[in-house]
Amino acid sequence: MKLHLKIWRQRDAQSNGALVDYDLDGIDQHMSFLEMMDTLNGQLILNGDMPVEFDHDCREGICGSCGMMVNGQAHGPVAGLTVCQLHMREFKDGATIYVEPFRAAAFPLKRDLKIDRSAFDRIIQAGGFISASTGSAIEANNLPITHDMAESAFDSAACIGCGACVATCKNSSAALFTSAKVSHLVKLPQGKLEAEKRVIQMVGQMDVEGFGHCSNTEACEVKCPQGISVLNIAMMNWEFNKSSLLG
Amino acid sequence: MPFLKSTLSRKNLMALTGLFLCFFLVIHLLGNLQLLLAADKASVSFNNYSTLLSGNIFIKIIAYILYFSIIAHAVDALVITVKNRKTAAKYAYDERKHASKWYSRNMGILGTVLLIFLVIHFKDFWYVYKFGALPLDKNGNKNLYVIVVNAFHSWWYVCIYVVSMFALGFHLLHGFKSAVRTLGLYHPRYARYVEIFGVVYSYTLTIGFSFIPVYVYITQYIK
Repeated sequence: MKLHLKIWRQRDAQSNGALVDYDLDGIDQHMSFLEMMDTLNGQLILNGDMPVEFDHDCREGICGSCGMMVNGQAHGPVAGLTVCQLHMREFKDGATIYVEPFRAAAFPLKRDLKIDRSAFDRIIQAGGFISASTGSAIEANNLPITHDMAESAFDSAACIGCGACVATCKNSSAALFTSAKVSHLVKLPQGKLEAEKRVIQMVGQMDVEGFGHCSNTEACEVKCPQGISVLNIAMMNWEFNKSSLLG
Repeated sequence: MPFLKSTLSRKNLMALTGLFLCFFLVIHLLGNLQLLLAADKASVSFNNYSTLLSGNIFIKIIAYILYFSIIAHAVDALVITVKNRKTAAKYAYDERKHASKWYSRNMGILGTVLLIFLVIHFKDFWYVYKFGALPLDKNGNKNLYVIVVNAFHSWWYVCIYVVSMFALGFHLLHGFKSAVRTLGLYHPRYARYVEIFGVVYSYTLTIGFSFIPVYVYITQYIK
């Protein structure tokens, strides 16, 4: 495959960035998108140029490290995938591909396609945990949890924190990310004990970090590689309103 | 007090005022349906109805809640939009539109169309009824019917009205569902029913409000 790439290059947060053109030949259609980027970087290094920096880790779609806008869409044009699971067969030979970093006021750019998503970490630190005594875990059957509720909590817990929900939201809202963790914990007996404090603190931290309002456009659910449901947002709102009024 | 200052509390105000306006629109449409009666009956019925509404203390309270809801909904939308503009990302190449419905992304534009329509609507009917010198009908009631029907006899007025009602329809199509979700209805089964109800409600109100001026306009040539 031959490709014409337009990739966002930017030295650091203070510099101005721009789309830079690259022509690439000999790309196998079975390569992943990141392998294609590796091929480009190999050529750039051989030519004495700086490689394009981007985040990645497991390359199996489960760690949430990778993430970029491919042709104007978070993780590219295929729904339910991280960009490491996007393959070049999804593009036509000779295609022009635009590659930009995930953007949001709360995700400052570090270099090229690499962004700082530590705002997510601080939201989790604000309340996305349970306070449990150390020691051996108790016998699992001592905690009555229905199978459906366990599955539902696990669906919410499947969020990998990639940031695609924020990148694709017109307001850069982190409602889906925050709500997934709020819902995951409030559905389980271990999480209910701190539910009131948790939702207030996590939503408060979300606002402090500078994420926008949720407009319920549902774009986040569409572009989430884990298919996290927007009903988690409704659950977070319910918990927030309950805790604000009654807590 | 977190209920009053977070992103979620601002959305709560949008949801509560929006849902009240949704409720009011049903009452408004039911009143407007009287315009579909035969002219002599419609005139008496519509003017009686207008007089009844303007003299009832309960309706006056509802009216003040209505004025508050319209202003709070618009001002809150403005505050939210300004804040969202600061946080929103800009891409050199942007195809994010594929992930959502156009009307869900353009509630501000649809809302602005509705606000302009409301100014015209209040000026032509509400202001005239409250502060203008209206003729009286045979029962001694202010003859609002003749003002409304005369307005609906102009093709351009009907066009403005119908276009605005379609803007209202798309605004409701997203707004109703969004408001309920903002308030926290998360059960998958009930959320689905709310979604279906929201679609039926939006279509009914759009078709209902649009049909009345078109009907009045056409029937002036049939008589």
